[in-house]
Amino acid sequence: MEHDETEAAAGHGAEVAADAAHGAADAAHGAADAAHGAEGAVGMPQLDFGTFPNQIFWLVLALIAIYLILSRVALPRVAAVLAERQGTITNDLAAAEDYKRKAADAEAAYDKALADARSEAQGIAAETRAEIQAELDEAIARADAEIAAKAQESEARIAEIQAGAMASVEEVARDTAAEIVSALGGNADADAVGRAVSSRIGGDA
Amino acid sequence: MANDPNTGTETRGGGKTIAYILIIAAVILFILGVVDPYESGLAIHPMDQFIVEPLFGHGEVHWYTPTNATLWMALGLLCIAGLMVFGTRGRAIIPSRVQSIAELAYGFVRKMVEDVAGKDALPYFPYIFTLFLFIVFANFLGLIPTSFTVTSHIAVTAILALAVFLTVTILGFVKNGTDFLSLFWVSSAPLALRPILAVIELISYFVRPVSHSIRLAGNVMAGHAVLKVFAGFAGALGAAAVAPILGIVAIYGLEVLVAFIQAYVFTILTCVYLRDALHPHH
Repeated sequence: MEHDETEAAAGHGAEVAADAAHGAADAAHGAADAAHGAEGAVGMPQLDFGTFPNQIFWLVLALIAIYLILSRVALPRVAAVLAERQGTITNDLAAAEDYKRKAADAEAAYDKALADARSEAQGIAAETRAEIQAELDEAIARADAEIAAKAQESEARIAEIQAGAMASVEEVARDTAAEIVSALGGNADADAVGRAVSSRIGGDA
Repeated sequence: MANDPNTGTETRGGGKTIAYILIIAAVILFILGVVDPYESGLAIHPMDQFIVEPLFGHGEVHWYTPTNATLWMALGLLCIAGLMVFGTRGRAIIPSRVQSIAELAYGFVRKMVEDVAGKDALPYFPYIFTLFLFIVFANFLGLIPTSFTVTSHIAVTAILALAVFLTVTILGFVKNGTDFLSLFWVSSAPLALRPILAVIELISYFVRPVSHSIRLAGNVMAGHAVLKVFAGFAGALGAAAVAPILGIVAIYGLEVLVAFIQAYVFTILTCVYLRDALHPHH
């Protein structure tokens, strides 16, 4: 490109000064074109101002398109989805709260029923126990009475036996005393001996 | 040669089909790379990748000519539409993977606008989201080997930054009237310092679009140029090309990071400028 330029400049060098300047400008333009068409970049392509209008045009077009797509379609949709999700979560939480309350109610009802049943059972048990107690008391009373009767009877028998035994003892004692007295050589008066034995036994008894 | 980072970093992707598609793409790009006439000796042309040229034939680039810039902007547009419209077509309560990503992007930028610029900046959220998605997709599409990176061009980033600058300035005056000028009058500083600070603030205000645009274009361009330089070394070194290829892999990883971070930085600065326009008082 440098070569082109010098050649062009040299070619126009013979001309008038104004023409030469014009030619140089032409040559510079040609060089720029050549640089543009060539594979390699000259300097920074970022500073190639010839491409600015192109980039700006397409950029503005792209930005407007993106903005329209986002603001008309995408953002309302995403916002709606997020709001719906938030709503669903809130509703689900409320429902969970509701179910929890219901569960607590059910538990309270169950507890109450249980307590009722228990107190009823206790009542029935107490009643039954009282009934049984009454029956028991009656049976015991009856048995007591029977036992008492039996005991009385037995006592009477015992007293009778005792009395019989006492009488026998007195008789034996009198006989024995009379025999002892006679054996000792005394003259036993039956009446005296009898009185003495009676008083002795009676005194002892 | 430039396809090596592709096989290195992207076959780790989730689905098997995606992995297969990427492997096939890598093979095709490798063949293209071998056929590439670029590999003649040590002629390294790192800036060639930024040339704007017509898509069809060789001619002058008029303002209406479909160029490679047009193609990659259109691809970016298609990707955005695919993610945000096609990806969310199910409107599912329990989102699909693509819908999750779309919602993630939406929530990410929306939260950024709300946190940085305030709740009253939310009407401008679609505009900021447009900028973010355009830059992020342009950056990532530019990381595909042999592609063209539209955000590496100062013409593109300058328009983006100027649009933000003009919007924010006009908005500031419309919303606050002349009260907007209090942005330059630091009322918390001592009175004697305020005129000096005003001059500094004014200069910094007008430097904003410059730094805003050059930061993005400069980062993207520098990274891509370095990748290309390493690729040139790899082409010239023969068997010893392993070293530059490892370098390419490392720098490519860095560029993936830069691609997102620069989009994020551009967006968050837009939010900061918007906050200044809505609340000019310091």
